[in-house]
Amino acid sequence: MPYLAKIKVTLRQSILDVQGKAVDHALKNLGYRTVESTRIGKYIEVTINEEGIVEAERIGNEISMKLLSNPVMENYSLELEHIN
Amino acid sequence: MSEIIVGVVVFPGSNCDHDTEHAVASFSGLKPVMLWHNDHDLQGAKAIILPGGFSYGDYLRAGSIARFSPIMQEVIDFAGKGFPVLGICNGFQVLLESGLLEGALSRNRDKKFLCSRTSIRAVNCSTIFTTLYKEAEVLSIPIAHGEGNYFAPPEVIESLEEHDQVVFKYTDAQGLVTDEANPNGSLRNIAGIINRQGNVLGLMPHPERANDKLLGSLDGRRLFESLFRHISGA
Repeated sequence: MPYLAKIKVTLRQSILDVQGKAVDHALKNLGYRTVESTRIGKYIEVTINEEGIVEAERIGNEISMKLLSNPVMENYSLELEHIN
Repeated sequence: MSEIIVGVVVFPGSNCDHDTEHAVASFSGLKPVMLWHNDHDLQGAKAIILPGGFSYGDYLRAGSIARFSPIMQEVIDFAGKGFPVLGICNGFQVLLESGLLEGALSRNRDKKFLCSRTSIRAVNCSTIFTTLYKEAEVLSIPIAHGEGNYFAPPEVIESLEEHDQVVFKYTDAQGLVTDEANPNGSLRNIAGIINRQGNVLGLMPHPERANDKLLGSLDGRRLFESLFRHISGA
């Protein structure tokens, strides 16, 4: 039974997010005065064909650190969903 | 005398590979050989250059997918044996992603893709890539990138400076390292760094685009010349 790994990659707070800043500026120009800040990241879905959640989680973390995110400037979060 | 082979890696999306080939071929005694990303054979190269461009469309992050290409596994071994590896622009991004150099490159501070001539100085002229430069001279070399904003944690920056691993810095026309002269927001105006062993250099500016009078500047030429003197033992 495969798992769907939902991985969110975001820039670390200390890294300037120029895309987020541009979009934030546009939202404010549209009149959304209560919009305080905007950050842009990536959302990645990976289907992992593993029986057990432990192994699926191990692979999810490994690929997030190895390729999907760059730990020097990004953080990631991993969520696993059992799919039928 | 037989020709010395210099490998130029070609990833899908590389676009400075032929400029780099041209720069290498402009030195007699050197023979550029194009190395396809899916190959494993470095074809007897004595130095490897990773050219600029947008390898694998820069999907995910610049350089992140190229880092796992078959040829890069060979390049990483090659660098580990002490052979010279030069990464220009996207090639620098690939070197950082592969862990051969420390730090990362994020989007330019002012959001723009920058394509212009820039002033830099070689702040370490004792590397195998910079012996023919003088620290005081201001070099005019083009940049062309959207993600050239060099970042590393404070302890890494301190360590790079302490070990003279910062090789190029962005300066103004007088050679001063100022914030106004920093085109992309790189920490401490860093434009290029070398590894601790001194055989792997990455830089954002394009020396291959400043290698011919016709291109308006010859300031990049001595980088290749320094390297080629080193590999030919001259």
